[in-house]
Amino acid sequence: MRLVLALILVVYGTFSNASERFITIASTTSTQNSGLYDYLLPIFTATTGIEVRVVAVGTGQALKIAQNGDADALLVHHRPSEDAFLAMGYGIERRDVMYNDFIIVGPKADPAGVSNQENAINGLEAIAQHASLFISRGDESGTHKRESEMWALAGISPNGDWYREIGAGMGAALNMASSVDAYTISDRGTWLSFNNKGTLEMLLAGDAALFNPYGIILVNPQKHPHVKIDLARTFSDWIVSDEAQKIIGAFTIQNMQLFCPNAKSPKASDGVCPTSVPMQK
Amino acid sequence: MTILGQAAELVVSADAELVGIVGLSLRVSLTATLIASLFAIPLGAALAIWQFPFRQVLIVISTSLMALPPVVVGLIIYLLLSRAGPLGHYGILFTPTAMIIAQSVLIFPIVLALTREAILPVNRDYKNLLDAWDVSPVQRLKTLIWDARFAVVTGLLAGFGRALAEVGAVIIVGGNIAGFTRVMTTTIALETSKGNLELALALGIVLLSIAILINALIHWISSFGQKYQVSR
Repeated sequence: MRLVLALILVVYGTFSNASERFITIASTTSTQNSGLYDYLLPIFTATTGIEVRVVAVGTGQALKIAQNGDADALLVHHRPSEDAFLAMGYGIERRDVMYNDFIIVGPKADPAGVSNQENAINGLEAIAQHASLFISRGDESGTHKRESEMWALAGISPNGDWYREIGAGMGAALNMASSVDAYTISDRGTWLSFNNKGTLEMLLAGDAALFNPYGIILVNPQKHPHVKIDLARTFSDWIVSDEAQKIIGAFTIQNMQLFCPNAKSPKASDGVCPTSVPMQK
Repeated sequence: MTILGQAAELVVSADAELVGIVGLSLRVSLTATLIASLFAIPLGAALAIWQFPFRQVLIVISTSLMALPPVVVGLIIYLLLSRAGPLGHYGILFTPTAMIIAQSVLIFPIVLALTREAILPVNRDYKNLLDAWDVSPVQRLKTLIWDARFAVVTGLLAGFGRALAEVGAVIIVGGNIAGFTRVMTTTIALETSKGNLELALALGIVLLSIAILINALIHWISSFGQKYQVSR
């Protein structure tokens, strides 16, 4: 017992407590896995002295966390769910922050011939027709919700041995797709920063239907009086400022831009960044 | 070999972020072990020593709870600590405190059951003697726990090991926030999901090494104690 006490004292002594001025943001794994926050948030903290704590989960869970009042703001990517969240009065002041696009990735051999298809819907049809292995997130995340919408648009209700719902994050889905040579839908940010691609390749991208916008929403202080609305608003103001938007645009992995800032021009006409997000091939 | 090399490199470089993560892991799991033990050791000993109503039921329940899945503990604590939950106004969800609470609950049954196992034989040996001396219940508890201390510490270590190794509870109640609630296991899960499998495995080796180090230390102290006791 005394030993345990001594150990604890040593460990406690080494680490001081974090600052008082902080906000909690519920966000998506795609933004965290890309490394954007590690790059962006220290700059905000240095400027304002406000620490930002990011809880990165699927969009569905992030909305739930915010709805319960366990976060001060949301940064997610599923517009219909975001609008419903605002309509129910849980959130206020939604703003566009940035976008990129979803892509279809799959084995290099491409047995279903997805890369020859004109658009994403045709790509999914080809996968279903060939009954090629497809990994679905199955976790109510923004990516999963979008995937379900795409299947609905294609008029297919995917089921069978080839369609595997894994109920896990984007990284886990990519890991699985890479180890069993399956197709999956990913956001471009996670894909570019993913380090276990194996034989996977980006097969289809650039379809306007794959547009993937991210927005920031503040948790309504009338629903949850304890939220730090002022600090959260400071962050929201900052992330749409010219300075932060420039930083987001400059974030690259292997010379490829991951997110396109769009606070100023929310209605990007198509799914491809006006300046870049170059195709990998 | 490259993975072992990477693990060694991680340790040697003593990267500030990694040191913080390891420190938080130890801080959370050691505190949880301490808190769980404060309650579990006396209660486990009491279960071994005295007969009382529903004792058998308590024993079965506590032993079964050793199989409690961390993710279930995480979920329960999450629901309690959420702003929408009964303890929401404390605002401790997504903090190290929440992680300590979850791990304490998780390992309490382990320390309890193993303490009971440790006390049973010494209680058999000393029961008549202690009865004859008519010692107070508290004194009896103290004497038996002290006598079985090496076996009790083994139970403590089992609990600590479980706490240090689990990911399901801390990721739910801690939120894996960088620099604040990110511990070894959640870092490994995150790096795996980023496809950095080598780095994840290297971190796993670091975690294992720390566990070995702590266990070796405690083993050394207890064998030193036993020798000292014999030579006395």
